[in-house]
Amino acid sequence: MATNVYMEALSPTMEEGRVVKWHKKDGDPVKTGETLAEIETDKAVMDLVARADGVLRQVAAPEGQTIPVGSVVAVIAAPGEAAGETPTSAAQTKPSGSGKRDTGNVATAPAPVAVATPPAVAPADATRVKASPLARRMAKEAGVDLKLVTGSGPGGRVVKKDVERAPNQAAPAAAAAPAAPLSPVSRVPLPERTGTAYEDVPLTQIRKTIAKRLVTSLGPIPHFFLTTEVDMERAAEAREALNKQLGDQGEGKVSFNDLIIKATALALAKHRACNAWFQDDHIRYWNEVHIGMAVAVEDGLITPVIRHADRKSLTEIGREARELADKARNRRLQPNEYTGATFSISNLGMFDIDQFTAVINPPEAGIIAIGSIVQKAVVVDGHLAPGRRMRITMSCDHRVIDGATGAAFLRTLKQMLENPLAMLL
Amino acid sequence: MPTLTYRDALNQALREEMQRDPNVFLMGEEVGVYQGAYKVSRGLLEEFGSMRVVDTPIAELGFAGIGVGAAMGGLRPVIEFMTWNFAVLALDQIVNSAAKILYESGGQIPVPIVFRGPNGAALQLAAQHSQAWESWVSHIPGLKVVAPATPADAKGLLKSAIRDNNPVIVLEGEMLYNVKGEVPEGEHVVPIGRADIKRAGRDVTLICHSKTVTVALKAAEQLAEHEGASAEVLDLRSLRPLDEEAIVGSVTRTNRAVVVEEGWPQAGIGAQVVDVIQREAFDHLDAPVLRVTQADVPMPYNRQLERLAKPSPERVVAAARRVLYLD
Repeated sequence: MATNVYMEALSPTMEEGRVVKWHKKDGDPVKTGETLAEIETDKAVMDLVARADGVLRQVAAPEGQTIPVGSVVAVIAAPGEAAGETPTSAAQTKPSGSGKRDTGNVATAPAPVAVATPPAVAPADATRVKASPLARRMAKEAGVDLKLVTGSGPGGRVVKKDVERAPNQAAPAAAAAPAAPLSPVSRVPLPERTGTAYEDVPLTQIRKTIAKRLVTSLGPIPHFFLTTEVDMERAAEAREALNKQLGDQGEGKVSFNDLIIKATALALAKHRACNAWFQDDHIRYWNEVHIGMAVAVEDGLITPVIRHADRKSLTEIGREARELADKARNRRLQPNEYTGATFSISNLGMFDIDQFTAVINPPEAGIIAIGSIVQKAVVVDGHLAPGRRMRITMSCDHRVIDGATGAAFLRTLKQMLENPLAMLL
Repeated sequence: MPTLTYRDALNQALREEMQRDPNVFLMGEEVGVYQGAYKVSRGLLEEFGSMRVVDTPIAELGFAGIGVGAAMGGLRPVIEFMTWNFAVLALDQIVNSAAKILYESGGQIPVPIVFRGPNGAALQLAAQHSQAWESWVSHIPGLKVVAPATPADAKGLLKSAIRDNNPVIVLEGEMLYNVKGEVPEGEHVVPIGRADIKRAGRDVTLICHSKTVTVALKAAEQLAEHEGASAEVLDLRSLRPLDEEAIVGSVTRTNRAVVVEEGWPQAGIGAQVVDVIQREAFDHLDAPVLRVTQADVPMPYNRQLERLAKPSPERVVAAARRVLYLD
């Protein structure tokens, strides 16, 4: 019996994937669980693995091709089974420009790749998660999304031990959070000028996702915004003192961003009303605090998640933030590393932005936008004095958070940053 | 606690029940003078006399019918079949009389009778004399069916069977008669309808009865030794009524099961057990339940083929590996 190899939904929001590289070629023997190909999803580059033992046949999607989820990309024939005996053939693919550019006056439309007959098997199979009844029940109870779990059982069946090993996280909150970069590197690789009037560059998977998700946010969500200015004098002093200490121990330094993540997480733990998801017919108030932090990546951005940020030390947060940002830039984030945030932070401080508004990352109910720490004249006890100030703007989903609720959370956050010792309480 | 063979444990149960209740009597081929084809009735003729230990002609339907009549008349007969392969000749009395009379008399006439004898294959007795009848008899409403695996359970279940007011089928085993084990003295009664965990485990439940208990225990040892897997061995003991609670309880803990039986696969005891599991423990299952049965053929006479046709520890281990996802 031959088994179809489908383009699988390798991220919760993936609708199509680009074949980056085939690890196996036509005629290669393959075993269940072995990587067949690397697939660029809307989020990251993921492995497409074999769901059966046999011989890879009828590879229908060449490298560079974009294939809709559920389409057949190859067939795994049983050992000894001739390719011609396989029940279905090849993929239903559509031409895609990924990796190619169509310039204004040079016709280089991507050549459609050889397409055989359409799949004989309903492609819906590819997106159905096979899981044992026990694994289904456990996943439901633990809030684990089975789509994000790799099954180790026969035919990729998700079994008990796979769910036990999966990180505890709730439904996929996929997410290109719309706000902005954490790192100062965000340069979209533009094509070189060719002297023509314009260049058409096909959307990459990540840019397509950003485009799709942004309109599901600012459009349907009734946003409102609250801005406050925070005195960062003491936070700066605390950071200096901590880094002096850490420097002596040879540890990584604490950044303002780490302080902000920690303070935000602690403030959320005290204001559960802001640590919530809007879920159409109900609001899910989270008891755990998982902070999404917007990271700029080449041609886009993504929000890796620091889980249980309220319970982690500043150095742990710092280390994790650096690791996740690195992974994000290398496009190696796994789905469980960028889903499940309960609240997000977008920081444009390093770009000399005084203040901005960030777009909420649904289903989260809020996001804060962090501006630069600026030196400015402030009035202290009736006298003019130099001070260091930072503006935080919170975007709230009014279906979940009311003005006073958001303001109370912001006040706690402001107090924590203005008096970092409060974080010890 | 004294150590007895399975055959002597049955003998003890018969003797104690005959001493306790003068209405209990034993009837069958060679049960008296010859003291039983398998010596289960040793010494009983001498102790209780020929009115209570009755040798019969080779006429299964006839003496089964006399037994049913005696039970209707108020006695408590124990009918021994030399093997269950011969009891097929008596099925009309067992199925149409013993199992139905209480129902058809509107509850007026109970039939407190025991039909007992060895069941399943021994060694090279060929196709006609190597059959496992449990799914046949447990199919019939009005009958109770027990299949003890150990001497203690043999004694306790036979005593319960004799005291029960319904017809009870006791399935013994030629290969079990010499098995030794500790048997409590005197009043030791095992309730009908209660399974028993013969070995506790965490990872997979091996569900078995009668001779396959030994097979499952050996498989459990091999699984522990070679796979590091902890198998629970659940001995059903009673096949009708089935101890559904014990089955569901064990599978709920281990999430995986293999059902082992001597009978053929079609409509076997294992099929019934799987039905219970999928219905009552669906959300606890981590793998499909597998069955190990006799090969779906008449039992071969050839020694090697016979060995291959029977459930073996190796086949149980192979099935357990599959449900544990070790393959």
